[in-house]
Amino acid sequence: MDVLYFAWVRERIGQPKDTLDTGAATVRELVQELRAREPRYEAAFADLDALRVAVDQELADFDTPLSGVREVAFFPPMTGG
Amino acid sequence: MDVRVQDVEFDLGAELNRFAARQTGMGAVVSFTGIVRDIAEGLDVMQIEHYPGMTEKALTKISQEAKTRWSLGDVLVIHRHGALRADDLIMMVATSAPHRVDAFAAAEFLMDYLKSRAPFWKKEVTKSGEDWVAAKDEDEDALTRWN
Repeated sequence: MDVLYFAWVRERIGQPKDTLDTGAATVRELVQELRAREPRYEAAFADLDALRVAVDQELADFDTPLSGVREVAFFPPMTGG
Repeated sequence: MDVRVQDVEFDLGAELNRFAARQTGMGAVVSFTGIVRDIAEGLDVMQIEHYPGMTEKALTKISQEAKTRWSLGDVLVIHRHGALRADDLIMMVATSAPHRVDAFAAAEFLMDYLKSRAPFWKKEVTKSGEDWVAAKDEDEDALTRWN
């Protein structure tokens, strides 16, 4: 599974992408897995209220199941326009 | 429907003329243009990041939604990414409809959704540092009027 990071999430983690094998059943479980990796991940995921998530390029929430999912992205609230 | 995400500049007048010229039987064309403001003191660059792939999908979905809600002829969305400077054009939307009420409403709907549901992030780079632009509560609140 590809995990993508944008804006300050990308900056805190220090890279735009991870490719990983995960047994996480939901986005929330994936976040727990990532937080446990290293302090930079912990720093990026410390406040979930400040984060948004997309699953296979559609906006989703932290309870979204990950079965069959190829791409998950984490980013702050969007500021387009 | 025409959705474009690009790093290069666009010619607002030419785009609008082309959009209007390819309409048939439409009584109204409405357009909105977003421009970089130098709110941050000493703004050097407004860096716009996006999520390639999802951005195009999200803009297409929002445009399709507009077409289901109002009687529209066509929708055009152009949004830039990359390094922009004060007074550069960031983006434009244009809508056409038989009647102006639909064209205006759809353009406002597109803008409200594009601000908080299309994956773009703005960063202001100034002489004294750089900061991600925080999303505004009022932009999120603006969506509730379309429920």
